[in-house]
Amino acid sequence: MKLSKNAAISESGLLFNPVTGESYTVNPIGVEILNLLKDEKDLDQISKAILEKYSTDRVSFEKDYQDFIGMLQHYKLLERNETTKA
Amino acid sequence: MSKLRYERPVIKKLETGMPNKFGSRTEYEPVTQIDGVSVKSLISEYGSPLFVLSEKTIRSSIRKAKKAFETRYPRVQFAWSYKTNYLNAVCSIFHQEGSWAEVVSGFEYDKAIKLGVDGRKIIFNGPDKSEEDLTKAINNDSLIHIDHLDELYTITELAETLKKRPRVAIRVNMDTGVYPMWDRFGFNYENGQAWDALNKIMHSGKMELVGLHCHIGTFMLSASAYGIAASKLAELAIAVEQKFNHEIKYIDLGGGFPSRNTLKGSFLPGSDTNPSFDDFAEAITTALVNSNFRKERLPLLILETGRAMIDDAGFLLGTVVSNKRSSTGRRNTILDIGVNILFTAFWYDHRITPAQTFTHYTEDTCLYGPLCMNIDVIRESTTLPLLNKGEHVVIHNVGAYNMTQWMQFITLRPNVILIDLDEKPHLIRSREALENIISMERTPEHLSNIG
Repeated sequence: MKLSKNAAISESGLLFNPVTGESYTVNPIGVEILNLLKDEKDLDQISKAILEKYSTDRVSFEKDYQDFIGMLQHYKLLERNETTKA
Repeated sequence: MSKLRYERPVIKKLETGMPNKFGSRTEYEPVTQIDGVSVKSLISEYGSPLFVLSEKTIRSSIRKAKKAFETRYPRVQFAWSYKTNYLNAVCSIFHQEGSWAEVVSGFEYDKAIKLGVDGRKIIFNGPDKSEEDLTKAINNDSLIHIDHLDELYTITELAETLKKRPRVAIRVNMDTGVYPMWDRFGFNYENGQAWDALNKIMHSGKMELVGLHCHIGTFMLSASAYGIAASKLAELAIAVEQKFNHEIKYIDLGGGFPSRNTLKGSFLPGSDTNPSFDDFAEAITTALVNSNFRKERLPLLILETGRAMIDDAGFLLGTVVSNKRSSTGRRNTILDIGVNILFTAFWYDHRITPAQTFTHYTEDTCLYGPLCMNIDVIRESTTLPLLNKGEHVVIHNVGAYNMTQWMQFITLRPNVILIDLDEKPHLIRSREALENIISMERTPEHLSNIG
């Protein structure tokens, strides 16, 4: 799973895709996940990082994570050859 | 070190300047308590979903309405519209505030009597009053508002049989310049039906014609229509006085005032645009004082407004069952509140507020109920903060009609709580149990064994 290399994310959560010219807002936890994805972390590593910092459980987070990944795919923000690995 | 509050990761496409059906964000603060009682504690004690009524808001609404009319007109009487919410606790508040009872069926009539309402202070409306209902009403000297000629003739016969002189009014329908014009109840003003009915009553000599009644519509957004209605009833009353030298004691303008809810399809929120009690009072009382009534013979003005008195005092608390995505990527959130208990979801875009803190991030959301039925939609499109499974929401302005028009369908009806003036919650209607439902059923012997 890898974020499109063209996507630019600001610290405040503004994401810009220069390929399509579209912009998005992302909440802080979403920005953290996007940065972890940029660093090519896998689900286990991302899950561990989030559960250490936030008060949630693994099942709830992973459900929300898959939903988030689904939206990244919907907006075509993941690398095309990697999108099937979710 | 304590962990941070978790919020779902969310990404939202920016579509600056593009109109969409979800509109902009409307909720900025959570509603964590109602009249000083925490939403969380109410749900933990009484379950979810849960109807909550605020006694403080009910009393404040009726007092506001009374003040609006009594400062403009010398003789005003409110009657509580039972069909709007006939829970005993609710009716009792209105009766304590001086309201009479306005009922539209034998069931509601009996409920008012059982609650201790003086029969002379019950207004009996509606198109279906049985002979048994009418007999009770005549014997109790209640005010019977006649809907059609068949009822008029039945009352004439009963008056003879019972050797009583029933106190009656007629319901009048009329063109007040609003669409749709309600003409299914009562006698029409413009085509002479109403005048014909009044003549029949006066010539029969069997009944005491005490009033004239109308109810021109529901959730009326035009106060001026009430001014027209009041003028037309005043003309009829004066015509009766001139022809029969008979004084009409009261004019009943019915109800139909809107609450602060927003009707579906409205561009602006109802809380900002719907007319106030003062607007209606000004239109009605101006028409009456400008009519040809002599000052010493101004009729009593009766108002039967229901929705505007109770809607804003009602809250429905619920819980998020699940978050899903539609095939197009739209956020779908399922609540444990269905249209079987929130009938008004068909009419209004109800205001819905999370009951816990949230950030400024939002999602365009469709809120579904828990019923396995496609029609079970609470809000088709709203922009809400991120809600997690198990979190709570507060639906506002649900006090009118939901606790009477609700139905036991798929799920059981929930508890209803009243928070009193000392911020103490009282259970005023218990949630249904399976036993309540099946106790009314009878299974034929040959079906008792299912093998």
